[in-house]
Amino acid sequence: MSAPVPVGIPRRKVTVRIDGTEQTAPEGSTILDVCRGAGVDVPTICWAPTITPVNACRVCVVELEGSRTLVPACSRQVTEGMDIRTGGERVRASRRMVLELLASSVDLSRAEADILRWLEEYGTDPERHGPDRARVREPVRRHDELYVRDYDRCVLCYKCVDACGTEAQYTFAIAVAGRGFDARISTEFDVDLPESACVYCGNCIGVCPTGALIFTREFDLRASGRFDPEGQTVTTTVCPYCGVGCNLELHTQDDEIFRVTSPEDHEVTSGHLCIKGRFGFEYAGGRARERRAEADPASVRDATTPA
Amino acid sequence: MESRPPVGAPTPAEVCVLDGAVGGRADALDTRVIRRGPDRRHLLLPALHALQDGIGWISPEALAELCARLEVPRAEAFGVATFYALLRTEEGPRTVVHACDDIACRVHPEYRELSGGAGHSGSEPVGVHPSPCLGQCDRAPALFVQRSGTGAARWTATGSVDDALAAEGAAAVAPRVVAAGPAWLTGRIGVADPTSLEEYRAHGGYQALRAALAMGPEAVLREVADSGLRGRGGAAFPTGVKWRAVAGSARRERYVVCNADESEPGTFKDRVLLEGDPFALVESMTIAGVTVGASRGYVYIRGEYPTAEERIIAAVDEARRRGFLGSDVAGSGLGFDIEVRRGAGAYICGEETALFNSLEGYRGEPRSKPPFPTEVGLFGRPTVVNNVETLHNVPVILSVGAGAFRAVGTAESPGTKLFSVAGDVARAGVYEVPFDTRLDELLELAGAPASPGATLLGGAAGVFVPPGATDVPLTFEGVRAAGLTLGSGAVTVFGATSDLGDIVERITAFFRDESCGQCVPCRVGTVRQNETIVRLRSGSRLPGDAGLIEDLATVMSDASICGLGHTAASAVGSALRLGLLDGVAGNGAGGTRS
Repeated sequence: MSAPVPVGIPRRKVTVRIDGTEQTAPEGSTILDVCRGAGVDVPTICWAPTITPVNACRVCVVELEGSRTLVPACSRQVTEGMDIRTGGERVRASRRMVLELLASSVDLSRAEADILRWLEEYGTDPERHGPDRARVREPVRRHDELYVRDYDRCVLCYKCVDACGTEAQYTFAIAVAGRGFDARISTEFDVDLPESACVYCGNCIGVCPTGALIFTREFDLRASGRFDPEGQTVTTTVCPYCGVGCNLELHTQDDEIFRVTSPEDHEVTSGHLCIKGRFGFEYAGGRARERRAEADPASVRDATTPA
Repeated sequence: MESRPPVGAPTPAEVCVLDGAVGGRADALDTRVIRRGPDRRHLLLPALHALQDGIGWISPEALAELCARLEVPRAEAFGVATFYALLRTEEGPRTVVHACDDIACRVHPEYRELSGGAGHSGSEPVGVHPSPCLGQCDRAPALFVQRSGTGAARWTATGSVDDALAAEGAAAVAPRVVAAGPAWLTGRIGVADPTSLEEYRAHGGYQALRAALAMGPEAVLREVADSGLRGRGGAAFPTGVKWRAVAGSARRERYVVCNADESEPGTFKDRVLLEGDPFALVESMTIAGVTVGASRGYVYIRGEYPTAEERIIAAVDEARRRGFLGSDVAGSGLGFDIEVRRGAGAYICGEETALFNSLEGYRGEPRSKPPFPTEVGLFGRPTVVNNVETLHNVPVILSVGAGAFRAVGTAESPGTKLFSVAGDVARAGVYEVPFDTRLDELLELAGAPASPGATLLGGAAGVFVPPGATDVPLTFEGVRAAGLTLGSGAVTVFGATSDLGDIVERITAFFRDESCGQCVPCRVGTVRQNETIVRLRSGSRLPGDAGLIEDLATVMSDASICGLGHTAASAVGSALRLGLLDGVAGNGAGGTRS
C-alpha cells in the first residue's frame, strides 16, 4: 500500500533546540511532535494522536528558555529559536509529582503500560501522602452489558468527553461536572447511560488511558480473575455491517471477544467506531458460547438481559 | 447535535422564567437538525441565574428545556451549573445565607465558625453555607443572602445569620475611603451621588471621554502608554501594550471586558469603586472601546456584589439613555455599548481566560496561553480585559495628562494605588495612596496594632510579611525586591494573638475549594497541600511532610495551567519560611508519627 501524498499548503520550517540539539520541524508542529520525531521520550496521559490537545494532565511539561513556568509539550507549538530542555531535574520533579498525585488519588492498576512504566521511571511514591489522603471514591456504574464506568480510575484527561463531543462522535452525552477534586465525568444529573444521549459508539472506551471505561466482558473477566493476557489474540478484520470499511481489532480470550478496537492510524476510523462495529459482535461468539453453555450453563448470559 | 431522550415537562413557573431569560425555542418543530443560526450559548449562565433566582434550583426538566432552547447539550449545561457555588441542582430552602469564613472575617471578634447546614427564619427553613471571602472585609463578619422564588432578592449583611435575615432592604453601611495624596480614583466616592449622571458630570465626569474623542485613538494610546499604567488585578501588565495590541489587530470584531470578579480574599476595593463611582467605569470602558475599536463591552461582576451590580446596571442604562452609550457615543458617530454579566461564585473566573469561558457559557476553566486575549479573547476575538481599578485610572490619565500622572509614585509604578486594608485594624477600609507609600505608613493610617503577628500582602495568593519587615515601599519593584507581591492590593492584618496556623490552613482550604479541577497539579496538589497543613497543625505530621510541602509547591507553581495553581503555595510557603507555624502542635521534634 503506498503512502498518501500530502497536498496541503507547504509549511515553513522552524528550527528549535531540544536538549541542546538542533531540530527542524514544519511550522505548526508541537514541541511533542518534535521531541518524538527526535526520539525523546515525553510522557503523556491526556494527549492522543486523534484529539486536539487539552494539556490538562501536565505530565508532558518541558523547560522553555525565557518562560517563567514549565510549558506543556503536547499543545505548545514550536516557534523559531525555541530552546527546550526535556530532561533536567526541574522537569523531572514536576512530572514525578503529576504522576504521583494521580497515583495517590485514583487506581492506576489498569492504566496503559506506558503510564505504569513512567510511574516507576520517575520514582513516584504515592504512599507518602498518608493513609488518610482523599481519594476518588465512586461506585462502579454498570447499567448494561456493553460497558462499565469505573470512575475510581478516572484521571480526568477529558479524552472521553472530547471523543463523545467535537473530536469524534458529536453526541455530547458526557461532560465534566462539579469542580476541583470533586469534578467528575457525568451525564446530566448523572442519569444512567440509557437515559442519556449516549449512542454506545464506545469511542470513549477507545481513548480511556486508565481502564475507567471498559467493556463489560473485559470487566467481568478481570473481576473473576480469569483475565489472561498470555492466552489472548488480536485479530484484525473489516467490519461487516456497512460499506465504509472500518478496520476492527477483535481482542479474544478463549475464543470469545471481550474488546473491539480500531487502529488509531486507520484512515477511515482514526480509532473510532460506531455501536455496530464496537459492540455488534455477539453473532461471532456462537460456538464458544455453545461450548461454554455445555460446560457451565450459568456462565452464559444473554447480552440483552440486565445483570 | 445530541439526541434528546425525553424528560418530563418543566413547570409553568420554569417556562415563564425561561421565556424571560432566553425567549422561546428557536425551532419548536424539528429538534433533530443542526441549525446554523447565531450561537446563543452565552445566554446559558444568565438563564441559569434566572432559574436559580426565580425557582430556587435548576431542575432536570428546566435544564432540558433550557438546553433545547439554546441548542446546548444537557451534559455540558449540567457541567456548567455544577461549576458554580451560587447555583444549585438539588431542591433546597429558598433562602440561603452564605457566611464568610475567610481570612479577614476569621479574626474579627464577632466571627463565629459555622458548621453549615440549616437554620430557620420563623417557620421557614434557611440554608446556611460557609463561604469564601465575600469582599466585605471592611464590615466583618460578612454575610450574603440569596432568596429565590416570589420576592427573590440578594443582599449583604454584617453579624450573625439572624442579623443577615433581618437586614433585607437595609441600606449598606458607607465604606471608609481614605486618600493620602491625590484622590484620583476615590474623589467622587461619598461625594457625588452614584446614581446620578448629573452629579457625575458636575464632578468632572465625561470630560475624559470628550478629550479622548477629540484626541483620537492614536493619541489616547500614546497617552495611556506614556502614563506607565500597569494592571491592578495582580499581574501588573502594562495597559498601553494591551490596548495597542488590540487596536492594531487585523480582526474587526473586538471586545472590551472589565474584570469585576473581585474574589481574592481580603480584597474589596473594586466593590467600593463599583458601588461608589459606577459611571467612572462606564466612561473608562467607553474610552477603551472607542480607542481600540471595539463596539461591545462586558462587565463581569461577581455574584456576591448585588449592590455594585445594581448600580453599574443603572449607570449603563442611564448612560445609554443620555447618549453616552449606543450607536452614537456622545455624538461621535462611533458605536459602543456595555452589557453587565453576573458571576455565580467561582474565584477562578477572575482569571481572564476562565472569565471568557464563563461569559461564553462554558465551565470557568482557564485556557492555555498563548494565544493571549489580545489575539484570541472573548468569543475568540481580540479582547482588552482590564481590572476595575485599572480602568478607573484611564479618565484620570486623560484629565491630568500622562506627565502629571507619572509625577506621583515612581518611574516603574506611577500613579496611585488602592489598598483594601482589613483584619486586626482600627480603621478597615479602602486607602488610596501614592505608589511609593511604605507598608508601615499604610498600616499606621489604618490603625494596625503596633506589633501585629503578621500582615498578609496580596490575599491568599500573596505573601506574609513579618512585623519587623514592614518598612517596604509599596511599588511593584519595591515589593519584588523584598520577595513580596502587591497582588490585588489586599493588606490583611493579623494581631499578635491571632492563630496564624488557622489562617494558613484556611488559605489551603480556599485553594482546594476554588481549584477548577482542570489540571492535575492544582486539582490534586491543593488537596494534598491542605491535608499536609492539617496534619502539621493536628500533631500528626508524617516524616516526609516538610519535603512534601516543597514538592507540592514546585509542581503547582511550575506546572499548573493558570495563576491560581501558580500562586496556591505562595502564602503557605512564606508562612513556613517565616516560622509562623512554629508554635503549632506537632511542628516540632515530638510530633511525628511513623
